[in-house]
Amino acid sequence: MSDPVATGEQAVVADAPAGTDETVAVGGPTATSEQAAAVGASGGTDETVAVGGPAAAGEPAPPWAMLAELTHGCPLHCPYCSNPVGLIPRSRELATADWVRVMREAAALGVVHAHLSGGEPLLRADLTEITAAAARAGIYTQLVTSGVGLDRARLAELVEAGLHSVQLSVQDATAAASDLIAGTRSFAAKEKAAELVRETGLPLGLNVVLHRRNLDSVDGIVELALKWGAERVELANTQFYGWALRNRRALLPTRDQLARAKESVERWRERLEGVELIWVVPDYFDGVPKPCMGGWGAISLTVGPDGSVLPCPAAYDLPLEFPNVRDHSLAWIWERSQAFDAYRGTAWMSEPCMSCSRRDVDFGGCRCQAYALTGDARRTDPACGLAPDHHLITELVESAGEGTLVYRRPERPARSPAPSRVGSATPAAD
Amino acid sequence: MTTGAWRPAVAPAVILRHDPVRGTDLLVMPERIVMLNDEAAAVLRLCDGGRTVTEIVDELRGDFPEAPVAADVPEFLAQVRAEGWVR
Repeated sequence: MSDPVATGEQAVVADAPAGTDETVAVGGPTATSEQAAAVGASGGTDETVAVGGPAAAGEPAPPWAMLAELTHGCPLHCPYCSNPVGLIPRSRELATADWVRVMREAAALGVVHAHLSGGEPLLRADLTEITAAAARAGIYTQLVTSGVGLDRARLAELVEAGLHSVQLSVQDATAAASDLIAGTRSFAAKEKAAELVRETGLPLGLNVVLHRRNLDSVDGIVELALKWGAERVELANTQFYGWALRNRRALLPTRDQLARAKESVERWRERLEGVELIWVVPDYFDGVPKPCMGGWGAISLTVGPDGSVLPCPAAYDLPLEFPNVRDHSLAWIWERSQAFDAYRGTAWMSEPCMSCSRRDVDFGGCRCQAYALTGDARRTDPACGLAPDHHLITELVESAGEGTLVYRRPERPARSPAPSRVGSATPAAD
Repeated sequence: MTTGAWRPAVAPAVILRHDPVRGTDLLVMPERIVMLNDEAAAVLRLCDGGRTVTEIVDELRGDFPEAPVAADVPEFLAQVRAEGWVR
Protein backbone atom coordinates (compact mmCIF):
# COMPACT_ATOMS: atom_id res chain seq x y z
CA MET A 1 0.00 0.00 0.00
CA SER A 2 1.33 3.36 -0.86
CA ASP A 3 0.63 6.20 1.49
CA PRO A 4 -3.14 6.69 1.70
CA VAL A 5 -2.72 10.38 2.27
CA ALA A 6 -0.20 10.84 -0.48
CA THR A 7 -1.01 13.74 -2.70
CA GLY A 8 0.99 12.64 -5.69
CA GLU A 9 -1.55 11.89 -8.36
CA GLN A 10 -4.39 14.14 -7.34
CA ALA A 11 -4.85 17.73 -6.30
CA VAL A 12 -6.89 18.95 -9.19
CA VAL A 13 -9.05 20.62 -6.62
CA ALA A 14 -7.43 22.65 -3.94
CA ASP A 15 -9.49 21.54 -0.99
CA ALA A 16 -9.99 17.89 -1.82
CA PRO A 17 -8.61 15.75 0.97
CA ALA A 18 -5.49 13.85 0.21
CA GLY A 19 -6.27 10.45 -1.18
CA THR A 20 -9.15 11.75 -3.19
CA ASP A 21 -8.10 12.37 -6.72
CA GLU A 22 -10.42 15.16 -7.63
CA THR A 23 -13.92 16.30 -7.05
CA VAL A 24 -16.34 17.05 -9.77
CA ALA A 25 -19.15 19.49 -9.23
CA VAL A 26 -21.94 17.91 -11.17
CA GLY A 27 -25.26 19.07 -12.35
CA GLY A 28 -24.23 22.49 -11.35
CA PRO A 29 -25.27 24.47 -8.41
CA THR A 30 -28.49 25.91 -9.69
CA ALA A 31 -30.43 22.86 -10.61
CA THR A 32 -33.95 23.75 -9.75
CA SER A 33 -36.89 22.86 -11.85
CA GLU A 34 -37.56 26.51 -12.50
CA GLN A 35 -33.99 27.46 -13.20
CA ALA A 36 -32.89 24.44 -15.10
CA ALA A 37 -30.92 26.36 -17.67
CA ALA A 38 -28.44 27.38 -15.08
CA VAL A 39 -27.51 23.83 -14.31
CA GLY A 40 -23.84 23.55 -14.83
CA ALA A 41 -24.14 26.41 -17.24
CA SER A 42 -23.51 28.49 -14.23
CA GLY A 43 -20.86 26.15 -12.91
CA GLY A 44 -19.90 29.23 -11.03
CA THR A 45 -19.99 28.41 -7.42
CA ASP A 46 -17.18 30.08 -5.63
CA GLU A 47 -16.07 26.96 -3.84
CA THR A 48 -15.98 23.88 -5.95
CA VAL A 49 -14.04 23.54 -9.13
CA ALA A 50 -15.53 21.66 -11.99
CA VAL A 51 -12.94 19.36 -13.41
CA GLY A 52 -12.94 18.57 -17.05
CA GLY A 53 -10.91 20.81 -19.17
CA PRO A 54 -10.64 20.65 -22.89
CA ALA A 55 -11.22 17.30 -24.43
CA ALA A 56 -8.05 15.48 -25.26
CA ALA A 57 -7.45 14.43 -28.81
CA GLY A 58 -9.43 11.37 -29.80
CA GLU A 59 -12.42 10.19 -27.81
CA PRO A 60 -13.88 12.72 -25.43
CA ALA A 61 -13.77 11.72 -21.77
CA PRO A 62 -17.10 10.26 -20.65
CA PRO A 63 -19.76 12.47 -19.06
CA TRP A 64 -20.24 12.43 -15.31
CA ALA A 65 -23.71 13.85 -15.04
CA MET A 66 -27.02 13.99 -16.81
CA LEU A 67 -29.83 16.46 -16.40
CA ALA A 68 -33.03 14.60 -17.25
CA GLU A 69 -35.67 17.20 -18.05
CA LEU A 70 -38.60 14.85 -17.77
CA THR A 71 -41.22 17.45 -18.62
CA HIS A 72 -41.50 21.17 -19.21
CA GLY A 73 -44.83 21.18 -17.42
CA CYS A 74 -44.72 23.05 -14.12
CA PRO A 75 -47.31 24.27 -11.61
CA LEU A 76 -45.24 27.37 -10.86
CA HIS A 77 -45.01 30.54 -12.93
CA CYS A 78 -41.65 31.94 -11.85
CA PRO A 79 -40.60 35.01 -13.83
CA TYR A 80 -36.95 33.86 -13.61
CA CYS A 81 -37.63 30.55 -15.35
CA SER A 82 -34.73 29.77 -17.61
CA ASN A 83 -36.43 27.09 -19.63
CA PRO A 84 -36.98 28.15 -23.23
CA VAL A 85 -39.83 30.48 -24.11
CA GLY A 86 -41.26 27.80 -26.38
CA LEU A 87 -41.88 24.82 -24.11
CA ILE A 88 -42.09 21.26 -25.32
CA PRO A 89 -45.72 20.13 -25.07
CA ARG A 90 -46.59 17.04 -23.08
CA SER A 91 -47.68 15.27 -26.25
CA ARG A 92 -44.08 15.24 -27.52
CA GLU A 93 -42.53 13.89 -24.34
CA LEU A 94 -40.51 10.69 -24.32
CA ALA A 95 -42.30 7.51 -23.28
CA THR A 96 -41.39 5.54 -20.17
CA ALA A 97 -39.50 2.95 -22.19
CA ASP A 98 -37.40 5.70 -23.81
CA TRP A 99 -36.32 7.04 -20.43
CA VAL A 100 -35.58 3.55 -19.14
CA ARG A 101 -33.28 3.02 -22.12
CA VAL A 102 -31.71 6.47 -21.69
CA MET A 103 -30.82 5.65 -18.08
CA ARG A 104 -29.23 2.35 -19.12
CA GLU A 105 -27.25 3.99 -21.92
CA ALA A 106 -26.21 6.87 -19.70
CA ALA A 107 -24.77 4.55 -17.06
CA ALA A 108 -22.91 2.54 -19.68
CA LEU A 109 -21.47 5.75 -21.07
CA GLY A 110 -20.15 6.80 -17.67
CA VAL A 111 -22.91 8.95 -16.16
CA VAL A 112 -22.78 8.65 -12.37
CA HIS A 113 -25.23 11.34 -11.37
CA ALA A 114 -28.67 12.21 -12.72
CA HIS A 115 -30.89 15.13 -11.85
CA LEU A 116 -34.52 14.20 -12.38
CA SER A 117 -35.83 17.60 -13.20
CA GLY A 118 -38.12 19.61 -15.46
CA GLY A 119 -40.37 21.59 -15.22
CA GLU A 120 -41.85 19.62 -12.38
CA PRO A 121 -40.83 15.96 -12.64
CA LEU A 122 -43.66 14.90 -10.31
CA LEU A 123 -46.02 15.63 -13.20
CA ARG A 124 -44.69 12.47 -14.85
CA ALA A 125 -46.89 9.61 -13.69
CA ASP A 126 -44.00 7.23 -14.46
CA LEU A 127 -41.41 9.05 -12.35
CA THR A 128 -41.06 6.03 -10.08
CA GLU A 129 -40.27 3.73 -13.02
CA ILE A 130 -37.74 6.20 -14.40
CA THR A 131 -36.11 6.56 -10.99
CA ALA A 132 -35.96 2.79 -10.59
CA ALA A 133 -34.35 2.43 -14.01
CA ALA A 134 -31.65 4.93 -13.06
CA ALA A 135 -31.03 3.31 -9.70
CA ARG A 136 -30.87 -0.15 -11.28
CA ALA A 137 -28.22 1.15 -13.67
CA GLY A 138 -26.21 2.39 -10.69
CA ILE A 139 -26.88 6.08 -11.22
CA TYR A 140 -27.17 8.40 -8.21
CA THR A 141 -30.50 10.18 -8.54
CA GLN A 142 -31.56 13.56 -7.25
CA LEU A 143 -35.15 14.72 -7.56
CA VAL A 144 -35.27 18.42 -8.38
CA THR A 145 -38.74 19.60 -7.46
CA SER A 146 -40.96 22.51 -6.54
CA GLY A 147 -42.44 20.22 -3.88
CA VAL A 148 -45.91 20.66 -5.33
CA GLY A 149 -47.46 17.22 -5.62
CA LEU A 150 -45.07 15.42 -3.29
CA ASP A 151 -47.12 13.52 -0.73
CA ARG A 152 -46.05 10.78 1.65
CA ALA A 153 -47.14 7.90 -0.59
CA ARG A 154 -45.42 9.30 -3.68
CA LEU A 155 -42.19 9.92 -1.81
CA ALA A 156 -42.25 6.44 -0.26
CA GLU A 157 -42.60 4.99 -3.74
CA LEU A 158 -39.63 7.01 -5.00
CA VAL A 159 -37.47 6.03 -2.04
CA GLU A 160 -38.39 2.41 -2.62
CA ALA A 161 -37.38 2.84 -6.26
CA GLY A 162 -33.94 3.97 -5.14
CA LEU A 163 -34.08 7.77 -5.06
CA HIS A 164 -30.97 9.17 -3.36
CA SER A 165 -31.62 12.83 -2.63
CA VAL A 166 -34.04 15.70 -3.07
CA GLN A 167 -33.51 19.30 -4.02
CA LEU A 168 -36.43 21.55 -3.25
CA SER A 169 -36.96 25.02 -4.63
CA VAL A 170 -38.30 27.89 -2.60
CA GLN A 171 -38.72 31.42 -3.88
CA ASP A 172 -38.27 33.55 -0.77
CA ALA A 173 -38.14 33.37 3.02
CA THR A 174 -41.84 33.82 3.78
CA ALA A 175 -45.01 32.25 2.42
CA ALA A 176 -46.33 35.53 1.03
CA ALA A 177 -43.10 36.51 -0.68
CA SER A 178 -42.39 33.03 -2.00
CA ASP A 179 -45.88 32.64 -3.41
CA LEU A 180 -45.67 36.06 -5.02
CA ILE A 181 -42.60 35.05 -7.04
CA ALA A 182 -43.89 31.55 -7.78
CA GLY A 183 -47.09 33.10 -9.08
CA THR A 184 -49.15 30.55 -7.22
CA ARG A 185 -49.76 29.35 -3.67
CA SER A 186 -47.04 26.77 -3.21
CA PHE A 187 -45.11 27.60 -0.03
CA ALA A 188 -47.22 25.40 2.21
CA ALA A 189 -46.70 22.43 -0.12
CA LYS A 190 -42.94 23.07 -0.06
CA GLU A 191 -42.87 23.20 3.72
CA LYS A 192 -44.75 19.90 3.85
CA ALA A 193 -42.45 18.36 1.22
CA ALA A 194 -39.38 19.33 3.23
CA GLU A 195 -40.83 17.67 6.31
CA LEU A 196 -41.61 14.48 4.40
CA VAL A 197 -38.12 14.31 2.93
CA ARG A 198 -36.56 14.73 6.36
CA GLU A 199 -38.72 11.88 7.64
CA THR A 200 -37.23 9.56 5.03
CA GLY A 201 -33.68 10.53 5.98
CA LEU A 202 -32.76 11.45 2.40
CA PRO A 203 -30.43 14.41 2.09
CA LEU A 204 -32.38 17.60 1.43
CA GLY A 205 -31.07 20.58 -0.44
CA LEU A 206 -32.85 23.88 -0.81
CA ASN A 207 -32.47 25.97 -3.92
CA VAL A 208 -33.35 29.63 -4.05
CA VAL A 209 -32.95 31.65 -7.22
CA LEU A 210 -31.86 35.14 -6.20
CA HIS A 211 -32.73 38.45 -7.81
CA ARG A 212 -33.68 42.04 -7.06
CA ARG A 213 -36.88 41.04 -5.24
CA ASN A 214 -35.39 38.60 -2.74
CA LEU A 215 -31.67 39.33 -2.37
CA ASP A 216 -32.37 41.40 0.73
CA SER A 217 -33.92 38.30 2.38
CA VAL A 218 -30.86 36.08 2.36
CA ASP A 219 -30.73 35.91 6.16
CA GLY A 220 -34.35 34.84 6.33
CA ILE A 221 -33.82 32.30 3.56
CA VAL A 222 -30.93 30.66 5.42
CA GLU A 223 -33.00 30.61 8.63
CA LEU A 224 -35.81 28.93 6.70
CA ALA A 225 -33.42 26.32 5.30
CA LEU A 226 -32.19 25.52 8.81
CA LYS A 227 -35.75 25.27 10.10
CA TRP A 228 -36.65 22.90 7.28
CA GLY A 229 -33.60 20.71 7.89
CA ALA A 230 -31.73 21.29 4.65
CA GLU A 231 -28.13 20.12 4.45
CA ARG A 232 -27.26 22.28 1.47
CA VAL A 233 -28.56 25.65 0.44
CA GLU A 234 -27.92 26.88 -3.04
CA LEU A 235 -28.27 30.61 -3.31
CA ALA A 236 -28.28 30.89 -7.06
CA ASN A 237 -28.23 34.32 -8.58
CA THR A 238 -30.50 34.38 -11.61
CA GLN A 239 -29.00 33.23 -14.88
CA PHE A 240 -30.61 35.00 -17.78
CA TYR A 241 -31.83 32.48 -20.32
CA GLY A 242 -35.16 31.56 -21.82
CA TRP A 243 -38.11 33.17 -20.10
CA ALA A 244 -35.88 34.98 -17.59
CA LEU A 245 -34.54 37.22 -20.37
CA ARG A 246 -37.95 38.87 -20.55
CA ASN A 247 -37.64 39.91 -16.94
CA ARG A 248 -33.98 40.82 -16.88
CA ARG A 249 -34.45 44.49 -16.20
CA ALA A 250 -36.70 43.86 -13.22
CA LEU A 251 -34.68 40.93 -11.86
CA LEU A 252 -31.16 42.35 -12.07
CA PRO A 253 -30.12 43.49 -8.59
CA THR A 254 -28.10 46.50 -7.55
CA ARG A 255 -24.42 46.12 -6.71
CA ASP A 256 -25.21 47.15 -3.13
CA GLN A 257 -27.78 44.41 -2.77
CA LEU A 258 -25.31 41.84 -4.02
CA ALA A 259 -22.54 43.04 -1.73
CA ARG A 260 -24.83 42.91 1.31
CA ALA A 261 -26.10 39.44 0.44
CA LYS A 262 -22.58 38.17 -0.08
CA GLU A 263 -21.61 39.51 3.34
CA SER A 264 -24.58 37.75 4.91
CA VAL A 265 -23.51 34.50 3.30
CA GLU A 266 -19.99 34.91 4.67
CA ARG A 267 -21.34 35.55 8.16
CA TRP A 268 -23.52 32.44 7.99
CA ARG A 269 -20.65 30.31 6.79
CA GLU A 270 -18.63 31.26 9.84
CA ARG A 271 -21.45 30.16 12.11
CA LEU A 272 -22.86 27.08 10.36
CA GLU A 273 -21.63 23.58 10.82
CA GLY A 274 -22.90 20.66 8.82
CA VAL A 275 -24.84 22.87 6.43
CA GLU A 276 -23.29 23.80 3.13
CA LEU A 277 -24.02 27.23 1.68
CA ILE A 278 -23.44 27.58 -2.04
CA TRP A 279 -23.34 31.02 -3.57
CA VAL A 280 -23.75 30.94 -7.32
CA VAL A 281 -22.13 34.08 -8.61
CA PRO A 282 -24.04 36.53 -10.76
CA ASP A 283 -21.89 36.75 -13.85
CA TYR A 284 -23.17 40.15 -15.00
CA PHE A 285 -21.36 41.96 -12.21
CA ASP A 286 -17.78 40.87 -11.77
CA GLY A 287 -16.45 40.91 -15.32
CA VAL A 288 -15.58 37.24 -14.96
CA PRO A 289 -17.48 34.74 -17.09
CA LYS A 290 -18.71 31.46 -15.66
CA PRO A 291 -16.94 28.31 -16.83
CA CYS A 292 -19.69 27.14 -19.13
CA MET A 293 -20.71 23.61 -18.13
CA GLY A 294 -17.13 22.97 -17.03
CA GLY A 295 -16.44 22.87 -20.74
CA TRP A 296 -18.81 22.16 -23.62
CA GLY A 297 -19.40 18.42 -23.88
CA ALA A 298 -16.89 17.81 -21.09
CA ILE A 299 -18.80 16.88 -17.92
CA SER A 300 -22.52 16.68 -18.47
CA LEU A 301 -25.38 16.41 -20.89
CA THR A 302 -29.02 17.40 -20.82
CA VAL A 303 -31.82 15.26 -22.19
CA GLY A 304 -34.91 17.35 -22.89
CA PRO A 305 -38.52 16.23 -22.50
CA ASP A 306 -38.75 15.27 -26.19
CA GLY A 307 -35.44 13.39 -26.21
CA SER A 308 -33.29 16.19 -27.61
CA VAL A 309 -29.81 15.99 -26.15
CA LEU A 310 -27.97 19.21 -25.42
CA PRO A 311 -24.55 19.97 -23.99
CA CYS A 312 -26.18 22.67 -21.88
CA PRO A 313 -29.79 23.15 -20.78
CA ALA A 314 -29.76 26.73 -22.05
CA ALA A 315 -28.72 25.67 -25.54
CA TYR A 316 -32.18 25.21 -27.05
CA ASP A 317 -31.94 28.50 -28.92
CA LEU A 318 -28.46 27.99 -30.38
CA PRO A 319 -28.25 27.49 -34.15
CA LEU A 320 -27.22 23.86 -33.80
CA GLU A 321 -29.04 20.70 -34.71
CA PHE A 322 -29.46 18.78 -31.49
CA PRO A 323 -29.52 15.00 -31.79
CA ASN A 324 -32.35 13.00 -30.27
CA VAL A 325 -32.29 9.78 -28.25
CA ARG A 326 -35.08 8.51 -30.50
CA ASP A 327 -32.58 8.48 -33.39
CA HIS A 328 -29.19 7.84 -31.83
CA SER A 329 -27.55 6.21 -28.84
CA LEU A 330 -26.30 8.51 -26.10
CA ALA A 331 -22.77 7.27 -26.81
CA TRP A 332 -23.00 8.35 -30.46
CA ILE A 333 -24.44 11.67 -29.42
CA TRP A 334 -21.68 12.32 -26.87
CA GLU A 335 -18.80 11.10 -28.98
CA ARG A 336 -19.82 11.73 -32.58
CA SER A 337 -22.50 14.37 -32.92
CA GLN A 338 -21.67 17.74 -34.39
CA ALA A 339 -23.60 19.57 -31.66
CA PHE A 340 -21.42 18.14 -28.89
CA ASP A 341 -18.25 18.78 -30.84
CA ALA A 342 -19.12 22.35 -31.82
CA TYR A 343 -17.46 24.14 -28.88
CA ARG A 344 -15.49 21.31 -27.32
CA GLY A 345 -11.95 22.14 -26.30
CA THR A 346 -10.49 25.44 -27.43
CA ALA A 347 -9.96 25.12 -31.20
CA TRP A 348 -13.26 26.90 -31.97
CA MET A 349 -12.23 30.02 -30.08
CA SER A 350 -11.44 33.39 -31.53
CA GLU A 351 -9.64 36.29 -29.89
CA PRO A 352 -9.43 37.43 -27.18
CA CYS A 353 -10.14 33.91 -25.86
CA MET A 354 -7.69 32.08 -28.10
CA SER A 355 -4.59 33.65 -26.57
CA CYS A 356 -6.06 34.12 -23.09
CA SER A 357 -4.40 32.47 -20.10
CA ARG A 358 -7.85 31.70 -18.70
CA ARG A 359 -9.14 29.89 -21.77
CA ASP A 360 -8.87 26.49 -20.04
CA VAL A 361 -10.40 27.92 -16.86
CA ASP A 362 -13.61 29.48 -18.09
CA PHE A 363 -13.75 28.18 -21.66
CA GLY A 364 -14.62 31.62 -22.99
CA GLY A 365 -17.70 31.75 -20.80
CA CYS A 366 -21.17 30.74 -21.84
CA ARG A 367 -21.90 30.00 -25.53
CA CYS A 368 -25.61 30.53 -25.01
CA GLN A 369 -25.06 33.93 -23.47
CA ALA A 370 -22.64 34.93 -26.25
CA TYR A 371 -25.28 33.96 -28.80
CA ALA A 372 -28.16 35.62 -26.98
CA LEU A 373 -26.34 38.91 -26.61
CA THR A 374 -24.22 39.10 -29.79
CA GLY A 375 -25.85 36.72 -32.24
CA ASP A 376 -22.60 34.76 -32.54
CA ALA A 377 -22.06 31.78 -30.23
CA ARG A 378 -18.30 31.77 -30.93
CA ARG A 379 -17.69 35.22 -29.54
CA THR A 380 -16.29 35.76 -26.08
CA ASP A 381 -19.07 35.78 -23.49
CA PRO A 382 -19.90 39.47 -22.98
CA ALA A 383 -19.84 38.79 -19.22
CA CYS A 384 -16.05 38.73 -19.52
CA GLY A 385 -14.39 42.05 -18.80
CA LEU A 386 -11.98 41.36 -21.68
CA ALA A 387 -14.76 40.79 -24.21
CA PRO A 388 -15.18 43.35 -26.99
CA ASP A 389 -18.91 43.17 -26.22
CA HIS A 390 -18.61 43.65 -22.45
CA HIS A 391 -20.34 47.03 -22.74
CA LEU A 392 -23.56 45.15 -23.51
CA ILE A 393 -23.47 43.69 -20.01
CA THR A 394 -22.53 46.89 -18.22
CA GLU A 395 -25.31 48.75 -20.03
CA LEU A 396 -27.81 46.11 -18.93
CA VAL A 397 -26.66 46.34 -15.33
CA GLU A 398 -26.91 50.11 -15.38
CA SER A 399 -30.37 50.14 -16.92
CA ALA A 400 -31.81 47.68 -14.42
CA GLY A 401 -34.54 48.91 -12.17
CA GLU A 402 -37.91 48.37 -10.70
CA GLY A 403 -40.30 47.00 -13.23
CA THR A 404 -43.16 44.68 -13.84
CA LEU A 405 -42.52 40.96 -13.76
CA VAL A 406 -43.94 38.81 -16.51
CA TYR A 407 -45.01 35.49 -15.04
CA ARG A 408 -44.20 32.29 -16.84
CA ARG A 409 -47.41 31.25 -18.54
CA PRO A 410 -48.90 27.84 -18.01
CA GLU A 411 -47.83 25.39 -20.62
CA ARG A 412 -49.98 25.22 -23.71
CA PRO A 413 -49.56 23.17 -26.86
CA ALA A 414 -47.32 25.03 -29.28
CA ARG A 415 -50.00 25.11 -31.98
CA SER A 416 -52.32 27.33 -29.94
CA PRO A 417 -50.33 30.15 -28.45
CA ALA A 418 -51.45 30.87 -24.94
CA PRO A 419 -52.88 34.26 -24.12
CA SER A 420 -50.39 36.12 -22.04
CA ARG A 421 -51.05 37.02 -18.46
CA VAL A 422 -48.50 39.75 -18.54
CA GLY A 423 -48.00 42.88 -16.60
CA SER A 424 -49.48 41.55 -13.42
CA ALA A 425 -47.48 41.82 -10.25
CA THR A 426 -49.82 39.60 -8.32
CA PRO A 427 -49.87 35.83 -8.45
CA ALA A 428 -51.98 34.34 -11.13
CA ALA A 429 -55.17 32.93 -9.72
CA ASP A 430 -55.03 29.20 -10.00
CA MET B 1 -9.85 13.99 16.92
CA THR B 2 -9.71 10.54 15.44
CA THR B 3 -9.66 7.97 18.20
CA GLY B 4 -8.95 4.31 17.83
CA ALA B 5 -12.39 3.48 19.27
CA TRP B 6 -14.35 5.47 16.66
CA ARG B 7 -16.27 3.21 14.29
CA PRO B 8 -16.34 5.22 11.08
CA ALA B 9 -19.10 4.76 8.54
CA VAL B 10 -19.62 6.38 5.17
CA ALA B 11 -22.29 9.06 5.68
CA PRO B 12 -25.85 8.07 4.77
CA ALA B 13 -26.00 10.64 1.96
CA VAL B 14 -22.79 9.31 0.42
CA ILE B 15 -22.40 6.28 -1.83
CA LEU B 16 -19.09 4.47 -2.20
CA ARG B 17 -19.02 2.67 -5.52
CA HIS B 18 -16.79 1.34 -8.21
CA ASP B 19 -16.93 3.02 -11.60
CA PRO B 20 -16.36 0.34 -14.22
CA VAL B 21 -16.24 2.88 -17.06
CA ARG B 22 -13.30 4.78 -15.55
CA GLY B 23 -11.84 1.89 -13.59
CA THR B 24 -11.81 3.85 -10.37
CA ASP B 25 -13.66 4.10 -7.07
CA LEU B 26 -15.93 7.00 -6.30
CA LEU B 27 -17.74 8.74 -3.50
CA VAL B 28 -21.02 10.01 -4.87
CA MET B 29 -23.20 12.53 -3.07
CA PRO B 30 -25.61 15.34 -3.91
CA GLU B 31 -24.00 17.64 -6.49
CA ARG B 32 -20.54 16.09 -6.14
CA ILE B 33 -18.43 13.14 -7.16
CA VAL B 34 -15.07 12.42 -5.55
CA MET B 35 -12.56 10.18 -7.31
CA LEU B 36 -10.63 7.98 -4.90
CA ASN B 37 -7.21 6.52 -5.33
CA ASP B 38 -6.86 2.82 -4.54
CA GLU B 39 -5.58 3.37 -1.02
CA ALA B 40 -8.36 5.76 -0.05
CA ALA B 41 -10.92 3.36 -1.45
CA ALA B 42 -9.40 0.47 0.53
CA VAL B 43 -9.76 2.46 3.74
CA LEU B 44 -13.30 3.61 3.02
CA ARG B 45 -14.49 0.14 2.11
CA LEU B 46 -13.72 -0.87 5.68
CA CYS B 47 -15.72 2.02 7.12
CA ASP B 48 -18.88 0.03 7.77
CA GLY B 49 -19.73 1.40 11.19
CA GLY B 50 -18.70 -1.92 12.74
CA ARG B 51 -14.91 -1.77 12.68
CA THR B 52 -13.01 0.60 14.93
CA VAL B 53 -10.20 2.70 13.51
CA THR B 54 -7.77 0.43 15.30
CA GLU B 55 -9.29 -2.61 13.62
CA ILE B 56 -9.20 -0.91 10.23
CA VAL B 57 -5.54 -0.08 10.71
CA ASP B 58 -4.77 -3.65 11.75
CA GLU B 59 -6.56 -5.06 8.75
CA LEU B 60 -4.79 -2.78 6.30
CA ARG B 61 -1.43 -3.41 7.94
CA GLY B 62 -1.87 -7.05 7.03
CA ASP B 63 -2.67 -6.16 3.43
CA PHE B 64 0.00 -3.49 3.08
CA PRO B 65 2.86 -4.38 5.43
CA GLU B 66 5.20 -1.81 3.89
CA ALA B 67 3.01 1.25 4.44
CA PRO B 68 2.81 3.58 7.47
CA VAL B 69 -0.90 2.88 7.89
CA ALA B 70 -0.98 3.49 11.66
CA ALA B 71 -0.23 7.16 11.09
CA ASP B 72 -1.82 7.75 7.73
CA VAL B 73 -5.19 6.07 8.05
CA PRO B 74 -6.38 8.05 11.08
CA GLU B 75 -5.22 11.25 9.44
CA PHE B 76 -7.08 10.44 6.23
CA LEU B 77 -10.22 9.50 8.16
CA ALA B 78 -10.10 12.77 10.08
CA GLN B 79 -9.93 14.63 6.79
CA VAL B 80 -12.87 12.87 5.21
CA ARG B 81 -14.87 13.25 8.42
CA ALA B 82 -14.24 16.99 8.29
CA GLU B 83 -15.73 16.93 4.79
CA GLY B 84 -18.79 15.19 6.18
CA TRP B 85 -18.30 12.11 4.00
CA VAL B 86 -17.64 9.78 6.92
CA ARG B 87 -19.18 9.78 10.37
